[in-house]
Amino acid sequence: MTSRVREIIIKNLFAFLAFISVLLLGLIVLFLFREGLPIFKQISVARFLFGSAWYPTYNPPEYGIWPLIVGSVIVTALSCLIAVPFGLLSAVYISEIAPTRIKEILKSIIELLAGLPSVVLGFFGMVILAPWMQETFDLPTGLNIVNASLMLAVMAIPTISSISEDALYAVPREYKEASYALGATKYETISKVAIPAALSGISTAVILGMSRAIGETMVVLMVAGGSAAIPRGIFDSVRPMPASIAAEMGEAPFQSGHYHALFATGIVLFIITLAFNLIADYISNRFKEEGSGTL
Amino acid sequence: MRRLFRKLLLFVLFTALGVGAAYAESIVIKGSTTVLPIAQVTLEAYMKANPRANVSLSGGGSGEGIKALLEGSADIANSSREISKTELDLARTKGVQPVETVVAIDAIVPIVNPKNRVKDLTVDQLSQIYQGKITNWKEVGGEDLQIVVISRDSSSGTFEAWGEMVLNKAKVSPRAQMQASSGAIVQAVSKNRYALGYIGMGYLDKSVKALSVNGVQASEKTALSKEYPVSRSLYMYTNNQPKGETVKFIGFVLSPAGQRLVAQEGFVPLPRRK
Repeated sequence: MTSRVREIIIKNLFAFLAFISVLLLGLIVLFLFREGLPIFKQISVARFLFGSAWYPTYNPPEYGIWPLIVGSVIVTALSCLIAVPFGLLSAVYISEIAPTRIKEILKSIIELLAGLPSVVLGFFGMVILAPWMQETFDLPTGLNIVNASLMLAVMAIPTISSISEDALYAVPREYKEASYALGATKYETISKVAIPAALSGISTAVILGMSRAIGETMVVLMVAGGSAAIPRGIFDSVRPMPASIAAEMGEAPFQSGHYHALFATGIVLFIITLAFNLIADYISNRFKEEGSGTL
Repeated sequence: MRRLFRKLLLFVLFTALGVGAAYAESIVIKGSTTVLPIAQVTLEAYMKANPRANVSLSGGGSGEGIKALLEGSADIANSSREISKTELDLARTKGVQPVETVVAIDAIVPIVNPKNRVKDLTVDQLSQIYQGKITNWKEVGGEDLQIVVISRDSSSGTFEAWGEMVLNKAKVSPRAQMQASSGAIVQAVSKNRYALGYIGMGYLDKSVKALSVNGVQASEKTALSKEYPVSRSLYMYTNNQPKGETVKFIGFVLSPAGQRLVAQEGFVPLPRRK
């Protein structure tokens, strides 16, 4: 009897705790929308999203976030181009090729990289990489898209690498053994068997890496340069959405148009990362291979 | 959300401290990052003389400080601009009566890399450059190099003052880079010979070259006489006439000893009052 009661209490307590996090998330989303939506009383959604002038503190203010969206997308895409090969290849090396000792060392180093505070990376990009880049390539500025993408790639590599590695690790032994039995080389086994079998996990890794990069604030605030204009090249400065929110929120008068516009920018960012996560979820369900190979 | 968390943490911290020092009066100072070095050095000296005083100081920008004053979470708001009309209206609805004290005078100085040949720009040239109408150093007597315009972000009092004194409220070109602090501007300009930035005189150091404006070099004398065109007053705002610890602290800032510290930080001290 008492053990039954205890069972029920524990069950409900756990359910309650599980729902608290859902509830908190719900409240945050609610708050985000409540503070962001009023901007659309002043300006249409299309003009907000595709307007090319971001002058929130002038009179009359202009709230076009298109340059900020472009900034975010370009920086994220470029950082992905850098991070995917590095992350994926290091995962392949760690899970398929490296001897156990090196594997352990590499794994812990990559985990360390994941724990690096973003402000440290930002500082590195600002004080070391930017002047170096500017001198070496004789650029007008070292605080630009390439610099920000490199720093974001450093942040995304651990995510991509460790999730891809889990996916590769989960590929059943039998697949690889069958491949070897047919006379395939190690390279053929990796590229034609292991990677295709782990593809859903790898895609998830890439998308999660991207959503980490697009939401990252400190790095882009410090090294992207902060011009709210559509860039003309990859060595121009940009002002990604999180940087704009972080730099301006402190000053935006409470409940003003600027304040609502920044929250609405937050909504756009939220929708983008949500979409990324849904896509990752869809891919890992849709292309789930049967049997013991699931992630 | 991080902000909220920080506030919560501060709150917990302060409650914990409050229990410990139940009788010490505490004051909270917040606001402009330009006034921050002044507040910091004067506060250190003040704390040395009054070890029991319990003062917390933070930056965040002029608007942030005034907002905190209106919400009652700060006793002194540091500001590098006069309180705005909207803020005054908001103060009235909240029953707060902001009282203004000028604590120092600041000159905003355009800076370039020491390698740059240009020595002087007129206010009009500066305005054209910041609006993106002049884009090459050769148009203002320098080398044939693109001008990389560096500005403070729009949450800074320095940005606002620059916008009023130099740009006359015209819009800064969207191609201008935005930096979140004066230190970051010095850092960027000192490493970049294409760059033009602006900072409060207090942040000037040897790594960058200060330009004269309309032929006048920024200095204590030229800023006080307003001969130097880009100078402004710095303020501390309090709710009503300051009382207790607050008035003692502001009194100290205005005292000769306090103003000496202001001068040491590179700002212009106020003329001696009778």
